[in-house]
Amino acid sequence: MTGEHRIAASREDVWAALNDPEVLLACIPGCETLEQTADNRMIAEVVQKIGPVKARFKGEVELVNVVAPESYTIQGEGKGGVAGFARGAADVTLTEGDGETLLSYAVHAQVGGKLAQLGNRLINSTSKKLANRFFDNFSAHLNGPEEPADTDQSNAAI
Amino acid sequence: MSDGIGARVKRKEDKRFITGKGKYTDDIRVDNQAYAAFVRSPHAHAKVVSIDASGAEAMEGVLAVLNGAQLTGDGIGNIICGWAVTSKDGSPMNMGAWSALATEHVRYAGDAVAVVIAESQSLARLAAEAVEVEYEELPVLVSTLDALADGAVQIHENAPGNLIYDWEIGDAAAADAGLAAAAHVTEMEITNNRLSPNPMEPRSALAIHDEAEDHYTLYTTSQNPHVARLVLSAFYNVAPEHKLRVIAPDVGGGFGSKIYIYPEEITCLWASMKTGRSVKWTSDRSEAFLTDAHGRDHISTAKMGFDAEGRITGLKVDTIANFGAYMSLFSSAVPTYLYATLLSGQYNIANIHANVRAVYTNTVPVDAYRGAGRPEACYLVERMMETAARELGKDPAELRRINFIQEFPHETPVIMTYDAGDFDGNMDKAQAAADTAGFPARKAEAAARGKLRGIGYSAYIEACGIAPSAAVGSLGAGVGLWESAEVRVNPVGTVEILTGSHSHGQGHETTFAQIVAERFSIPIENVQVVHGDTDKVQFGMGTYGSRSGAVGMSAIVKAMDKVEAKVKKIAAHTLEASEEDIVIEGGEVKVAGTDKAMAWHEVGLAAYLAHNLPEGMEPGLKEGAFYDPVNFTFPAGVYIAEVEVDPETGVTEIVQFTAADDFGTIINPMIVEGQVHGGIAQGVGQAMLEGVHYDQDGQLLTGSYMDYTMPRADDLPSYTLEHNTTVCPNNPLGMKGCGEAGAIGTPPAIINAITDAIGTNDLAMPATPHAVWRALQAASVATAAE
Repeated sequence: MTGEHRIAASREDVWAALNDPEVLLACIPGCETLEQTADNRMIAEVVQKIGPVKARFKGEVELVNVVAPESYTIQGEGKGGVAGFARGAADVTLTEGDGETLLSYAVHAQVGGKLAQLGNRLINSTSKKLANRFFDNFSAHLNGPEEPADTDQSNAAI
Repeated sequence: MSDGIGARVKRKEDKRFITGKGKYTDDIRVDNQAYAAFVRSPHAHAKVVSIDASGAEAMEGVLAVLNGAQLTGDGIGNIICGWAVTSKDGSPMNMGAWSALATEHVRYAGDAVAVVIAESQSLARLAAEAVEVEYEELPVLVSTLDALADGAVQIHENAPGNLIYDWEIGDAAAADAGLAAAAHVTEMEITNNRLSPNPMEPRSALAIHDEAEDHYTLYTTSQNPHVARLVLSAFYNVAPEHKLRVIAPDVGGGFGSKIYIYPEEITCLWASMKTGRSVKWTSDRSEAFLTDAHGRDHISTAKMGFDAEGRITGLKVDTIANFGAYMSLFSSAVPTYLYATLLSGQYNIANIHANVRAVYTNTVPVDAYRGAGRPEACYLVERMMETAARELGKDPAELRRINFIQEFPHETPVIMTYDAGDFDGNMDKAQAAADTAGFPARKAEAAARGKLRGIGYSAYIEACGIAPSAAVGSLGAGVGLWESAEVRVNPVGTVEILTGSHSHGQGHETTFAQIVAERFSIPIENVQVVHGDTDKVQFGMGTYGSRSGAVGMSAIVKAMDKVEAKVKKIAAHTLEASEEDIVIEGGEVKVAGTDKAMAWHEVGLAAYLAHNLPEGMEPGLKEGAFYDPVNFTFPAGVYIAEVEVDPETGVTEIVQFTAADDFGTIINPMIVEGQVHGGIAQGVGQAMLEGVHYDQDGQLLTGSYMDYTMPRADDLPSYTLEHNTTVCPNNPLGMKGCGEAGAIGTPPAIINAITDAIGTNDLAMPATPHAVWRALQAASVATAAE
């Protein structure tokens, strides 16, 4: 699943925000705690509802393939106890242009346990919704509320 | 006798079932009851690195969190498969270790790693969420075909290449020669889809440990409580048999899935001892999808040769059966002795060879499900026959008739001896009832409405009345498959039948009472059937394989023979007549042709008063018997389905369904019809709706009724049922069994009809609208390309 957002900020500002635990905490939907434990490593607690299953996921978030200030992969894995587990990764790329930044992403998500049993059919739509909400929050954080870009290709990839 | 054999007696048990008064395991509550919740692996294949139960243990109301190391440490044995199948090279099957609670490895998503015992069900579940298990994930194997590939993930150390056994039956050289001599060979790849059993009542267990007596009681959803006790005692070391009582009270459906002993029941028993509390566990529907043994899941290739006249010259079959992550109790027997032995179908085939490989995958264990092996055999043979008829340009009914076995007994090359049947007669009845002659006109009329109408046949045969003990023993069975009964005539003349068969929807309380009412000429209300309790019933092998009639009732007949002999002795003595002249009729025991008689209850009273019995006779009037069948029984029939397909959407409607069955003697036609209706519904489910799917990571995608489609009333047609009876010569009542026929005979009839309608044979089960539409599109693309 892929998507794009235009953000009215410089690439350096966007990059800095993408690496700021406080910004991530504020923007990741359902994120209750996010703590930096090392360079590019964080521990997070996220409450999420997928279909009929609501669970609190505890897990690590890691930034890999970091090419400042152009791209990184943010990946995480959370354990939701009896609800199962969820893991995902987003390849994020920043492109400069016209005083704004084009943020492109590609998301992969995988779930297991009860989440998969009851919610698998909803994973794509939920991932898309969560990704959109994150980048909406993120855009809003940097430059106030903004419509998602027309170039959103999420549907094509589902 | 109006309530006797052949009467459409309403089911005695239905009053309590339809008024909500049934008593199921979950309805039973005891004073010190606690609740179990299982911590299950979300991964399909992983090492268990650590289990941290401290958070759960600290919660108020949590009594214990127990794990696999403790369970095995207490000597609880691994779960076993009770039927030893030997590979063709003589090596034993490779049974991997299966602990009720996983110790070091989990091998399917849902494998239990720990259990929480708490004061309430909700507390137990909450606490289970607080148990933190660390896993090290391993690569996952899901696909049956991938299991045997080079470099495939290894699931059990002692099963190299994931192979459980490589078994064969029949003569390979003869089958090859038969195929070589053929004028035409039909070749197919056939998949039998994996099914979830879905009994209405989920599994449940209540384990009670009496510390003072060191005695256990287990209430559980079992089709065979004595077998459960035997296995729990002999293999799982829970308690010796005399210290373990197993009660299977009302049970809401089983379809095979409640034959087996599962981890949860074992764990509850053990946990009741560990905690000093009675322990209740009831599966929810999600757990049922995740952990109840699945059925079917075969992939086969087959070749069937025909001579110029259409006579079968040989059949060669290669099958891979997916057993899931562990070998369940009877898993090994299903794709071998319950499947390959039926590959001769209703046909005279001199040369058959079948090779079967069973494999492990990271999926829930697979075992017998209604029909068990026989639906897979029937589907293969009947899809082959229909396809061959199309390839040979022959009428499918005619091709079958040319090859029908005509003389009985008939010995097949795959070790079965069919004892009786009238296959042409079944076909005659089915064709007449289905008006097959009128099909072309109906097809044309449907075409005028834009619908594709098709007709499909299935001539099924199955082996029921499982089974002669010595025969199955020689094939590796770890148990004898006889049945037992006790007939108790009370001093007031009422009768109790204690049977080792178990009723979980089959209506035994009615049919068993009918044969007693007929024999002793008493009202059916005066007969009580007692079953499902190891403390009450002497012993029994339970209910599966359509055995309760042919084997269970035969045991009752044997016991009634003994009772009748004693009744006649008492009456002859009292009435001063000869035993040979005594008859039981009209509620009396009398001297034939005279007015000298005793009322039935007077004989019972005389037996218990013992004031005036023949010299040397013991008081009382109760007799027991064990009945061991001399052969399987062979229900057979012809099913004809007619469907209409909407070519625009692929939506398929079954517009006509005819079943002509030969079940031997029928005790209660209404109950038999109900069994056939239910069986056909499950057959339609397999053919058109149901299919278990895992994703590549071993996550169950069809884990709820949102994604697993069960047949509903509007998916099903009104059935036309016919009976063509040949009596089974090998049991006293002449019964064959009817419980599985519908599930066996239906799938090929449906798929043969749909493929006839759409004009392409490339269609796998379930034939959902999407699958049918795709097959139509693929066929039209192929046609356009030609």
